Amino acid sequence: MDLYEYQAKELFKANQVPTQEGAVVTSAEAAKLAAESFGGATVIKAQVKTGGRGKAGGVKLANDPAAAFTHAQNILGLDIKGHIVKKILVTPAEDIESEFYVSFLVDRSNRSFLCMASVAGGIDIEEVAAKTPEKLAKIQIDPLQGVSLELALAIAREAQIPEEIQDATAEVIMRLWDTFINSDATLVEVNPLVKTADNRVVALDGKVTLDENAFFRHPDFENYVDISNEDPLETAAKAKGLNYVKLDGSVGVIGNGAGLVMSTLDVVAYAGENFGGVKPANFLDIGGGASAQVMADGLEIILSDKDVKSVFVNVFGGITACDAVANGIVQAIEMLSSKENYQQKPIVVRLDGNNAKAGLEILRSANIKNIEIVETMDAAASKAAELAKWAK
Amino acid sequence: MAIFLDKNSVVIVQGMTGSEGRKHTERMIASGTNIAGGVTPGKGGQVVEIAGAQLPVFNSVEEAKTQTGANVSVVFVPPKFAKAAVLEAIAAEIELCVVITEGIPVHDTAIFFAQAQRSGKTRIIGPNCPGIISPGQSNVGITPADITSSGVIGLVSKSGTLTYQMMYELRDLGFTTAIGIGGDPIVGTTHIDALAAFEKDPETKAIVMIGEIGGDAEERAALYIKDHLTKPVVAYVAGFTAPEGKTMGHAGAIVSGASGTAAGKKQALEAVGVKVGKTPSETANLLRSLIK
Repeated sequence: MDLYEYQAKELFKANQVPTQEGAVVTSAEAAKLAAESFGGATVIKAQVKTGGRGKAGGVKLANDPAAAFTHAQNILGLDIKGHIVKKILVTPAEDIESEFYVSFLVDRSNRSFLCMASVAGGIDIEEVAAKTPEKLAKIQIDPLQGVSLELALAIAREAQIPEEIQDATAEVIMRLWDTFINSDATLVEVNPLVKTADNRVVALDGKVTLDENAFFRHPDFENYVDISNEDPLETAAKAKGLNYVKLDGSVGVIGNGAGLVMSTLDVVAYAGENFGGVKPANFLDIGGGASAQVMADGLEIILSDKDVKSVFVNVFGGITACDAVANGIVQAIEMLSSKENYQQKPIVVRLDGNNAKAGLEILRSANIKNIEIVETMDAAASKAAELAKWAK
Repeated sequence: MAIFLDKNSVVIVQGMTGSEGRKHTERMIASGTNIAGGVTPGKGGQVVEIAGAQLPVFNSVEEAKTQTGANVSVVFVPPKFAKAAVLEAIAAEIELCVVITEGIPVHDTAIFFAQAQRSGKTRIIGPNCPGIISPGQSNVGITPADITSSGVIGLVSKSGTLTYQMMYELRDLGFTTAIGIGGDPIVGTTHIDALAAFEKDPETKAIVMIGEIGGDAEERAALYIKDHLTKPVVAYVAGFTAPEGKTMGHAGAIVSGASGTAAGKKQALEAVGVKVGKTPSETANLLRSLIK
């Protein structure tokens, strides 16, 4: 889960990473008040979970509180790559002498942790890696050893940080490592880390990605979950413990196992090419269990999506045999059709694997009129795409 | 023959007395796996009857290994306790530790993987995986054993149900070994590890590799195939329609910016001559055409 800059900075503070004072506000008036209380020039920064906000006009220098008001007014509500700005961070402006880059991340390729650091900060780090790789230090961190002061100094040197602030930078690197470890983060990035005119080293920006699997160690991190920013269907699915992602097509998809569901989306999209570009409406993995209740919860979410015109249930019976899955589907439809707001939409079902014949027999004899059985995954996807095209 | 797991494997179940552990122990026994007992700290000395077998429970992996001669462990313990369980298996120098548990913090995996590397005695498969099956010999994990029987195909996959689907598609040919390496950002065994082992296994005639969005494991596997593999390999990649920045079920299945895309992986594989199917069925057909 990505954090906002102001949340990342909260974690920085908790781990003694030098950063700035700041006020998070949701109105131009409050931005003006914050600027007044800080005194002097301030920076008005859009809080969005995406990069490139500077280029999009989401970061402005305000010389006085009146300017803070105007900038805040312009930035609030701004659409930055599909993210609408609802909060802004007001911070005192720093007198910046130079800008650096430091990050810690989970390095999937080396199955370890990685520290990246560079004297070239303030710009996209991919650009530094591509154009001036000699300025980018990449140091693998042994998870069993961690980062000692000695290693932090070596990182600062290799990143070509100026000698007079290498010690101070190494200190910050160690604090960022603490942040990474103490927060179970998969990414901690500071760009830029600045040297101020009065020789302080300060994290001017912050990006942190947390590992939701580690939330059992950090109950307070639940506060970072920002429901207002999620798709309402995703929120509803999460509340039911379902693994759901909203997409922009019209074929609702339910399957078991993340890989099979991803594959189902692809197969629907391929099949949809023959029907004027019909696409999948969602990712929904109901897991290996596929009980009647889970199937009902999943179907309910998908049927309530107004973009969904047809539904494709694609299950490979493994541990849970297909007869159990079929009973689940039948019971789910019974549960849902008794509800007042039940929306009937065509449902294509493909069952394969363990006890598939028995499963299909159960579905056929249940004789539910909007259910269509198709025996292979490819043909079923095509049927679902076709039905979605015809539906109003 | 088979890779990593065969009829001589002696298996202990970490977390056998829990509901998942118990259910799958029963299934593993039914599919012919030599299960020698279980480990649950604090429940040592008990004997549990599962599927007609009297299985001893030990307090530690070390004790279980000494008493039973086990060389494989399978981990069903909940995420909170998984790191300690795997570190225990590594300390006991278990040869193969298969971690089924989903939801282990990636920092924990990084630590036990580093420890396994340091000790050099333990291969880890997973976490967040269905396990490994050498049909007719041994089945460690949650893969349904009745999809197919032993044969000539080797399979390595990031996904459980896609593994089952592919085993089903190719059930007439059968498998030497099918490995689900898991969908987490850090996994103990990679596509490359499995490809290398299949290349050496005389019974394996052809290999199916299943990948999905996220990371660069498939791209690295492509380079490895180019330099080291003589056997036919076909591939399938899931997640072409996945949007950027969204986790698709598996913790590791996420496209970040332009990296980790299914299109990039397909391209990398095709660039080294590996045929990549558009759908699981097409992939199975590609494999058939190669071994005719």
